Amino acid sequence: MVHLSNEEKAAVTSLWGKVNVEETGGEALGRLLVVYPWTQRFFEHFGDLSSPSAIMGNPKVKAHGAKVLASFSEGLNHLDNLKGTFAKLSELHCDKLHVDPENFRLLGNVIVIVLAHHHGHDLTPTVQAAFQKVVAGVAHALGHKYH
Amino acid sequence: MELSAADQAAVRALWKKMGTNVGVYATEALERTFLAFPSTKTYFPHWNLSIGSAQVKALGQKVADALTLAVDQLYDLPGALSALSDLHAHKLRVDPANFHLLGHCLLVTLARHYPGDFSPAMQASLDKFLSLVTSALTSKYS
Repeated sequence: MVHLSNEEKAAVTSLWGKVNVEETGGEALGRLLVVYPWTQRFFEHFGDLSSPSAIMGNPKVKAHGAKVLASFSEGLNHLDNLKGTFAKLSELHCDKLHVDPENFRLLGNVIVIVLAHHHGHDLTPTVQAAFQKVVAGVAHALGHKYH
Repeated sequence: MELSAADQAAVRALWKKMGTNVGVYATEALERTFLAFPSTKTYFPHWNLSIGSAQVKALGQKVADALTLAVDQLYDLPGALSALSDLHAHKLRVDPANFHLLGHCLLVTLARHYPGDFSPAMQASLDKFLSLVTSALTSKYS
């Protein structure tokens, strides 16, 4: 469970309302694969990941990024029960996808950086702090069912 | 992990562009770190850590000077940061995880202020540079 004050919740909702979830998702996943190349291990079937421009332009990266961020976006509607909201996805990432939960923390921070890149004016220190709580909460929820 | 020639060129170019503003951005990064990651405040129990604090501004300038020194000596970061590594290891005793948190907030700050320059490749070069600075800073930790 993430503890955000009413002001923090309002700030997160307000900024998220300006976000193009599909594009931001593609950019965040792309940047993850560029900046932390070992994360490409999960996406060898995605085709050309040979350079930053290949990664950022790869349609499968964009589509998967959009899917991931849509799920994250849904989580923002359930900040009081992130563990419940992400329980099934947590099991999937453990049992079927075998993803190290550290990757959720890495992606969470990349999402914050992409927000800074596109909404720099809105991502004040206080708003960033609220988002850091959210991404940490989502990462924790996604790792919760690991065994 | 190593900085390629392209990484070095990218970092040097951005640093040149920042000019005398490195201190401003390092200060903003510190302010963001204290707000987003409250455990980092434990190293400054007697300080005023609010936004605009003169103490944080002074520390920001010190951090900026150290990073600029690092940029000037990218070929030997452990050598360049040896004295600072001694300081952080033996006197300040800062847990290494905190350098990573400050590094993240510095990336957030630079993404905000230099959106046109902050391509994925630039982010990768900066991330590598900051990781190598962290390694150099913790090289004297026992």
